Formats: sequence, structure tokens, C-alpha cells
Amino acid sequence: MLSALEGSQALAQAVGLCRPGVVAAYPITPQTHIVENISKLVADGRLRCELVSVESEFSAASVALGAAASGVRAYTASSSQGILLMAEVLYNISGMRIPMVMTCANRAVGAPLNIWNDQQDSMAVRDSGWIQLYCADNQEAVDTTIQAFRIAERTEVPVMVCVDGFVLTHTLEPIDLPTQEQVDRFLPPYHFSRALDSRNPLSLGTCVDPSFFTEARHSQHQAVLRATTEIMAADRDYAGIIGRSGGGLLSVVGPAEADVAILALGSVCSTVQESMQLFPQDRPVKLIKLRAYRPFPMAALREVLQGVRDLVVLERAIAPGSGGIVGMEVRSLATTLTQLPRIHNYAVGLGGRDVPIEIYPRLVEAITRADEPAWFEIFDLEPEKLPVEDR
Amino acid sequence: MVAAYLLASAAFEVGRYCQAFPNFGAERRGAPVMAFVRIDAKPILRRSQVRTPAFLIIQDPGLLNVAGVLDGLREGGGILVNSPRSSEELSGETGKAVVSFAAAQMALQMTGKPLANVALLSAFASLTGLLPREALIKALSARFKGDVLEKNLKLVDMAADQVPTESWKDITHALSA
Amino acid sequence: MTTTDDTAVETSVDTTTDIAARKAALRNRLKDKRGSNEAPARAGTAFSIAELREHQPAFRGLEAGHRACQGCGEALGARLVAESAGPDVILTNATGCLEIFTSPWPQSAWRVPWIHSLFENSAAIAAGVEAAMKHLGKSTKVIAQGGDGGTFDIGFQALSGMLERMHNVLYVCYDNEAYMNTGVQRSGSTPHAAATTTSPAGLERMGKRHLKKDLLSIIAAHHIPYAASASVAYPVDLRRKVRRAMEVEGPTFLQVHCPCPLGWGHESSVTVEVARLAVQTGLFPLVEFERGEVAGVMPLRNPKPVTDYLKLQNRFRHLFSNDPRAREEREHLQALADHTIEKFNLRGEEADPLDSEGADTVRRGGLVA
Repeated sequence: MLSALEGSQALAQAVGLCRPGVVAAYPITPQTHIVENISKLVADGRLRCELVSVESEFSAASVALGAAASGVRAYTASSSQGILLMAEVLYNISGMRIPMVMTCANRAVGAPLNIWNDQQDSMAVRDSGWIQLYCADNQEAVDTTIQAFRIAERTEVPVMVCVDGFVLTHTLEPIDLPTQEQVDRFLPPYHFSRALDSRNPLSLGTCVDPSFFTEARHSQHQAVLRATTEIMAADRDYAGIIGRSGGGLLSVVGPAEADVAILALGSVCSTVQESMQLFPQDRPVKLIKLRAYRPFPMAALREVLQGVRDLVVLERAIAPGSGGIVGMEVRSLATTLTQLPRIHNYAVGLGGRDVPIEIYPRLVEAITRADEPAWFEIFDLEPEKLPVEDR
Repeated sequence: MVAAYLLASAAFEVGRYCQAFPNFGAERRGAPVMAFVRIDAKPILRRSQVRTPAFLIIQDPGLLNVAGVLDGLREGGGILVNSPRSSEELSGETGKAVVSFAAAQMALQMTGKPLANVALLSAFASLTGLLPREALIKALSARFKGDVLEKNLKLVDMAADQVPTESWKDITHALSA
Repeated sequence: MTTTDDTAVETSVDTTTDIAARKAALRNRLKDKRGSNEAPARAGTAFSIAELREHQPAFRGLEAGHRACQGCGEALGARLVAESAGPDVILTNATGCLEIFTSPWPQSAWRVPWIHSLFENSAAIAAGVEAAMKHLGKSTKVIAQGGDGGTFDIGFQALSGMLERMHNVLYVCYDNEAYMNTGVQRSGSTPHAAATTTSPAGLERMGKRHLKKDLLSIIAAHHIPYAASASVAYPVDLRRKVRRAMEVEGPTFLQVHCPCPLGWGHESSVTVEVARLAVQTGLFPLVEFERGEVAGVMPLRNPKPVTDYLKLQNRFRHLFSNDPRAREEREHLQALADHTIEKFNLRGEEADPLDSEGADTVRRGGLVA
């Protein structure tokens, strides 16, 4: 049913529709509203689940791990510092191949302390072995959350749903929530093949020496790569039942044959999309909304990048001393294309800096004016605020 | 923040697309906060901050004197203020078209709490003709129950009469581009 | 595991608390076996291995054949806990010796479901497992395990949170008083003046400068239903405490004193003796708390001087040098023991079958008369 909901409220209801058995979380801005709303569902008797209000994000992830390993659907959510505090557990969950879902309400990582949105937190754990799906709006966030449980459970790879903090989590807008019956049809009850059970005792999380560690890593890598198939299948089946795609591995807005492309992740896609409508340019341009960042959808990206002459990679994180994180990976992938595009790598909207509606014409102007494509630049830097030597 | 959510929800109730969000920050009671609402006939994709609003609803009259609060208001845009002072007086001071009434005082009398937001929203709906009373009632019903809801509904009726009905209708049309 | 001295005639079949009756029952069974009225003088010589096996508990959660060092107190403690608790349990394990020596992939010594995640989250993993059991409507009891590093130090926050939230979990800390898995570094549990690789004795230092953290009091301050200390030297007492904790619906805690021959610098054959002396000197009191109040202690029949305990271990060797500070530290440790004895009123008034002498039913060579 379509209703006007705050993003976090809708996400909480989406999680509830997936019938989790255990939810564990620790408060952190801007994730808090999600678990507050789940707590309310539990308090009102609308969701039968064990809600564990832990003493740290470290324990939140650990409790979810223990629960999922015991044969119960588990969920957690966090942001920023919380994601980093969880980092050790995140590697552990994926390494043990425990299926579970978490929401990352994306926020900058301090210092300096900053509670606003960018994607440094999820980027910091991009190599933790989790599937990462980025959402352009709250509808995608709801649909992706429901799909995430099926993807995780079929692949035994945990899924992190990345939802821009405040920009999505705190925004009220019309959102369509599927019915319980639809979700039940899409998402079968949780079953974990290696569940802890006293009638069938297994040892999980044993010590693996060099004779097999390499192979364990290889099989994990393969499992995450193979998840592309399940991400697409889940989206297709979801569309079949609910009538709407969650965004596949990626989606393209604009003419497929355009030789200028803008690639972005998360809510900035929506602003760019409307900006493209408002400020049409002479050259045809397409927007590539990258939803799956892990697994990195190499085949799908290669397909949409074929024939592109100018590619703008927008990202909301930075690798100090190197530059763009997504940009670097796209650049590396682009070397396998028959024609190497000029890649312009920009960071925007760090620590909540507003991405204005004029973003699209400004980007087009920048790449048209540039003799050399930007290896990496912070697009919305205001250098006059800095002492001369720091500019 | 509640006011913004209520306004957007009311717009949703009459079939509009809407978006409401805070000026993302740490809200503490008493500290000045901003929240934004977009209402449109077509889906709203943009996630940028509102820089040039058509209308300003100001819940604390003290904010009128804070530098920057009125910046960005579109030419001919409307300002609605919770203040015991007269519209004429405030318009003269700010040089802009200000409509004012003592919303918080009215709320205090009706509900026992000096929260101006519901009265201001009702007045805003009345001024612009954007939202029928039923839309506000639906939005309020989703958020409040029982006695609190009853009192707030009465407040909606009272506040609507405090401002000239649909006197901002032309502005609404002119600025909805 | 080679500390066979504790297993010679031990049995877990009985649950009766009357020690005399229990001893009589055991003697009768032994008599039936041998067709004689005489109590065994030396059990080790009087029984075949097969016969001894029959007297072993019916259930073993932790199997033999794991890779612990000879005389490992922790392996002994874990075996006693698992066999007293199982089989309807799920165990979690912090990173540490116990985890490493029981689970070298693809082998595992555990006959109960067991999960190791990280060093500092055994209690939180257990909380998650317990929440899952609750959701599934299962009665399976959850036991969290950790060493002293994973309990006193890095896992302390998760443990405190688990207790505060009243999860139905028994947390067992195998306390061998240092980070043994990484090579004997000092922990919050290392006793005062003990030498470790990060608190070595030297010209400027007499081993660890700080005191052993009084963890049990901190745990008790959570006002959980049951918290106790136990020792591998008193297996009957240890088993009773495990069973007591298993019966409680809610969080319970057990601190099991486990000598580490390698880390403490004693012979592998004297693990139980060393553990027993820790109790008998008053350095490691066996205490039970219910809802934060002392509910029971094991009285000391004849408190022994702490030097009896210290001199068996290389980690305290520097306390027996000519250095005047050595004497000072010995006196300091004796004062700590005296204080503990006073605080918990450990001095027994008369011989008691359940005191530090009477309860000690397993000695090298057989039963205590």
C-alpha cells in the first residue's frame, strides 16, 4: 500500500515483513529511527521477534551472528563509527558464510566528527566479504531490504543494504510497502544448513591453517561473485510478485547509445536524474545507477560502458592519498573495454554537503572544459575556505 | 520536524507527491531547527536542500530577526509567523508579506501545550487553498489519537479562521513552477 | 590431556549431596567389581582402563585426542563443564587456547554444537544463540566460554551487557591468569607479582605491578541469579556448580581456576596439586554468590602459607631470591590471602567433609579416607 512514510519507518516495516527472529542493534545517528521503529512494532505486538538492545555495535553484529547461526533470521543496522566498530565481526560473519542482513544508514566517519551523509562507512568495509547494495530512494531501500534476505539465504553471503543517512532515512515520502502475503510468497522461511542444533552437533568457526585457508578464501570470493546471479534472480522474482524492480545489479537512465555517462551510487542518483530532466544538454548523456557494488558487476558494467567516450564517476567517499574508491575500480575495469573512455572521477557531498539540483549541468560543463579528465577531484570543494598552502 | 511531516502527509492524502526532511542535524528542544517540504503533482526525485522556498512557516517569532532566516524566499513568496504581533507590523519591519497570528497561544488554550505547529499548518492550508481540511485531519489522525486528536482537530478549525482564506492562492499558482 | 590423577575413580553418576553416602555408594560399587570388602589402595593399579571407562560419565562433550599441552588445566576444566552440562547445550567459545586446541580444521573435539567467532564476543554470540532458542521455543541451554583474557579484559563489555540483559546463558571463564594462547602475556587476571612475558621480573620490577582483578565481585554486582568460582582441583564441587548454574533460568557465571604448566612454570604432573594449593592458601577462594550476595564458601580446614603455592611455579621464582623486595612481595601476597580468608570467612571451625580437605576426593593414588 502506498503511504507517506519516513524512510526509517518504511525500512522497519519492510524488515518486519521479512519476519526476523532476532533483531539486535545499538543506537547511532542516523540509523536510530530504524531500530526505534522496529522496537515499536515489537512493543505493539505487530512483530514477534527477540529484540536485543545491546551495549555496542560490536555486540549487535555478534548477537545477529549467533542468532543466524542458530537457525533464526537475523537483522541489524548501524552507521559510520558503528560500522567500523563492527568491522571485525563483519569479516567474521561473511567468512563463516552466515546469511544475514544489515542496513547501513550511510554517514561520514570522523574525525572530524560529522553525523551527516556520505558513504565512507560502507566503503571502509567494502572488502569485508559482504554483498553491498546501494539504494537511490526509499522505495528501492524497502524493495532491496526484502530482496536482501533472499539473496543472503540463497548464497550464504551476508548482505549490507546501504541507505543514505538523513537524505533517505529521515525523509518522508510516498512509499509502497508490499503486503505480508506478497513477501511470504517471495521469501520462504529461513533455513540454515549448518545451524547450531544439539541433535546434530557441528563445530562452526574452527581454526584453518595455511593448508586450506587459501581455498577457503577462494570459495568465499567465488560465492560473492556468483551472487550476481542471485541478485538478478531475486529482483526478477520480486518484480513478478510485487510488480517492481529494486534496481538489478545496475540500471541505466537515458539513451543507451549516449557516449557520455555518469556513474553514481545511492541517493545522489535521484538528484542527478531530476537534474538531467530539468537541464537538458546538447550531448546525449546516460546515468548508470550502480546498485550492486559487491559483487562488482563486471559483465553488466562492461556492457553499459561499451562505446562511452566520457565517463563521470561520482562518489561520496575518498581514499586519502589515492583518490576515488569506486573510480579506481571502474578505471581498472575500463581497461578491458575495446575503447577506453576518458574517466572523470569526482567526490561530491562529503559529510553531508548538499548535492544541488544544478549538479548535472555543472558536471557537463566541467568535463567539457577540461583538457585532461580529472584523475580525482572533490567536485564541490570550496578552496577559498582553506589557507593557501592547503588548497 | 513534526510540522513538516504533517504537511507532507496531508499533501499525500490529497494525491500529491511529497517530500519532507529536516535540516539534518541534532535536534534539541529549543534550538532553532529547519525542516523542508516539497509538494508536487509529479514524483520528486531530487534530494537537494531547499534553497529558494515559495513559503516560509516560522514557529518562533524570534527567528524573524535572525540573520539569514528569510534568505532565499522567492520573489512574492509568503511568510506565515506564529506571533502575537500584527501582520501589518511584521510586514513593515521585514519589508515582506507576512501573515501572523498567535498560534502558540491558541494551542496553549486548546490543548494545554504551546506548540504552534498544528495551528500554523491549518492556517497555511487555509491561506494557500493547497490542502482541504480533510487532508490535515487524515494526517493528524495517523499521528494522534483520542483526546489529543480531538483537541487538535478543534485547533485546526479555530486556526483556519485566523487568516484570510485563500489569500495566497495566486502566489501558490505563480510559484509552483 | 594427561592429568589422569583426577579421573581414576571419579564418577558423575551421583547427584546426591551427602558426601558420606556418596563415598559409601562408590565403595560398594568398587567392591562389587573386585569382589572384596577392601577399598582400593591404589585405584590406578586395581582397575583396567575398560573398567575405569565404565565409571566415566556417560556423556562426554569434549572428547580426548585434542591438542592441549600435557597437564592443561583448561582442557580438564572444559571437559568437566561439558560433561556436566551436556548434551542439550550449545557452546560458544572466545578465541584462545581452548578454541585452538579443540578445533584444528577439519577436526573438532566437541560432541556438542560449538561456535567460535572472535576473541571479545563469546558472551554476545551466546546472547544471540539464546535469543534464537527463545524465538524457536527450544530449551537448549547456552554456555559461553572464554579464557581470562577474553573475559576479564577484551570481552568484558560484551559479558557485562549479556548479564545485564538477563540472557539465559552460563558463562564459564577458564582462568589461567594470562594470555597463554599468544605466549604468556599479563592479563587483568594475572596475580600480583607473577612474571609473564609482558610483566617480567628484573632489576626494576618484581613481576606484575598490579593486582588480580576481582572479577567475581564485579560479576556479582550485576545481581545475577548465580555466580561462583571453582577449581579443577575440586571436580565434584565444579560439577555441582555447573549443574546448579544449568538449573537457573537466567545468566550465571563460573570462574574456573585452571593452572597452565607452560605459563606458570610447573610440572605437567602437578596441575591439580597447584590448583588445590591456590584454594588451600586462600589465594583463590571458592565462593558462590546468589543475586549479588555471598551464598556459600568452601571452608579452608588448615590454610596453608602462600609460599607452598608460589614455590611450585617459575612465574613466582623471583620471589624466592635474596632481593629484599622478594620477601616484601611474599608478605604482600600472604596479606592478600589473609584478607581474602577474612573477607569471606573461609577459616573452617572443624573438619568438614565439604571443606578444602574433605571435598578433595581425588588425589594422586586414590580416595581420601
